[in-house]
Amino acid sequence: MFEQQLINGLTLGMIYALIAVGYTMVYGVIQLINFAHGEIFMLAAFLAVTFITVFGLPIYIVIIMTMGCCALIGVLLDIFAYRPLRQSPRLAALITAIGMSIFLQNLAMIIWGSRPKPFVQSALPPFLRTTALTVGDASISWLQLFIFGIASLLMIILFLIINKTRVGTAMRALSQNRTSAALMGINVNRVISFTFALGSSMGAVAGIMVAIYYNTLYPTMGYVAGVKAFAAAVLGGIGSVPGAMIGGIVLGIAEALGAGYISSLYRDGIAYAVMIAVIIFRPSGILGKSTLEKV
Amino acid sequence: MLKLEDIHTYYGNIHAIKGLSLEVNLGEIVTLIGSNGAGKSTTLMSISGITRPRTGKIFFQDKDITTALTDTIVKMGITQVPEGRMIFPRLTVYENLLMGAYLRKDRKGIKMDEEHCFELFPILKERRKQAGGTLSGGEQQMLAIARALMARPKLLLLDEPSLGLAPIVVENIFEVITRINSSGTTILLVEQNAQMALQIAHKGYVLETGKIIMEGPAGELMENPKIQSAYLGID
Ligand SMILES: Nc1ncnc2c1ncn2[C@@H]1O[C@H](COP(=O)(O)OP(=O)(O)OP(=O)(O)O)[C@@H](O)[C@H]1O
Ligand SMILES: [Mg+2]
Repeated sequence: MFEQQLINGLTLGMIYALIAVGYTMVYGVIQLINFAHGEIFMLAAFLAVTFITVFGLPIYIVIIMTMGCCALIGVLLDIFAYRPLRQSPRLAALITAIGMSIFLQNLAMIIWGSRPKPFVQSALPPFLRTTALTVGDASISWLQLFIFGIASLLMIILFLIINKTRVGTAMRALSQNRTSAALMGINVNRVISFTFALGSSMGAVAGIMVAIYYNTLYPTMGYVAGVKAFAAAVLGGIGSVPGAMIGGIVLGIAEALGAGYISSLYRDGIAYAVMIAVIIFRPSGILGKSTLEKV
Repeated sequence: MLKLEDIHTYYGNIHAIKGLSLEVNLGEIVTLIGSNGAGKSTTLMSISGITRPRTGKIFFQDKDITTALTDTIVKMGITQVPEGRMIFPRLTVYENLLMGAYLRKDRKGIKMDEEHCFELFPILKERRKQAGGTLSGGEQQMLAIARALMARPKLLLLDEPSLGLAPIVVENIFEVITRINSSGTTILLVEQNAQMALQIAHKGYVLETGKIIMEGPAGELMENPKIQSAYLGID
């Protein structure tokens, strides 16, 4: 059972990590916890199902289209909701983020209804649910393998963008000193938009994967996933991208083991427990710098 | 080349710059001296488009840049080395330099300027792969200047480059500033170290609580008894 839970936890953890990088990158550049990030994850699931049922497109094209749409939604969210508040106290933006989260949830309910829907199974290759390989007494499905593969690939791409490209370097520069970045001629708003686009497209893939994995989607699904991914980001050290990746995986495994060995009732509680423990004992997270602010 | 006409800049209700006019001509080193809180940094930030003046006009090469965005201003050729250096502590020295060249597309030119920076400050070449934050204060100042040069500025704004540095390092930095100027870059130098600044400048302005109280050729200012007692520590 241990191996099985470990594998389940790792799959889940990769998904948390994909969402968590969105929180952490946005926090890095504008010090805002974008509470509406979970809703982008949810919208991705609904958009994907809509693209499949309305246009009958194959799943891989749907994933790419959804990434693009969610990137755009993330950018619009920043431009219309957060940008006007850039000079305001942080609390104003934080409350706006909560407001946007509620707004997007309700928008989804109006468009798609509030009852849970199954994912369009016919759009998926049938072998996904079959066992790909067994390790000890644990079996790994093709779906788990795909989730693991795609998430790893995205993480590598993200890592390369952040560390090796001009805009990625600008993102890091911006998160270290906004005034200085502006003085270099970096168009700060454009880089912030890029950050939202990047984080949202990663979250979008996670949303589609969760909908497929649990075969269900509903307008409030972004809330729970969002809280957990946020816990993962805090665990890894908010603002640190590798931290968010590690935090996601650790949390996923902790949750699966907790659910397996203690009780599946505690599944969601574990994320909160981890977050509270981190805030009490190591507020800067696993990889975070000291969170003390410069005066 | 640069002309400020009666600018007023505020932080909320705080009136930091109260009608300041100054002019920098092509090829000059102009220094703006003044004590703590006089408004020197605010003046430079107003020129760079970070803190917009509420009234007044700023012209660069006869174009009105008063309301231009910072990236446009940098593209036009004004780069600032801000007070406190503001290097990116967790980017490498090399990445810091690349950020200086952010708006440029000419890879060859960037490469050349990088070499030029390493000639000016050989220590940076050794530290190329090191995080900016691990450098000493003097090295960080060198990096900040080198980073600004990577933009190939026509006008370089320097905000207290001597701040917190050992005298020997200050000498070195000022020598480099003179060299940068003699290779064709116009310089507006903000300093509290009036002694050093007036020595290398052609022209000086004295700022006090947001207003220019005196201006003239650097040599004349150095001879002025009021300046001597207030800024040069001579009785
Ligand atoms: N961000 C800010 N918010 C409010 N007031 C500010 C801010 N920055 C500067 N000021 C005020 O504006 C005035 C001018 O400040 P400025 O930093 O331009 O002075 P300075 O001449 O550069 O001083 P120093 O030599 O200490 O660097 C000061 O009275 C200062 O208190
Ligand atoms: Mg200053």
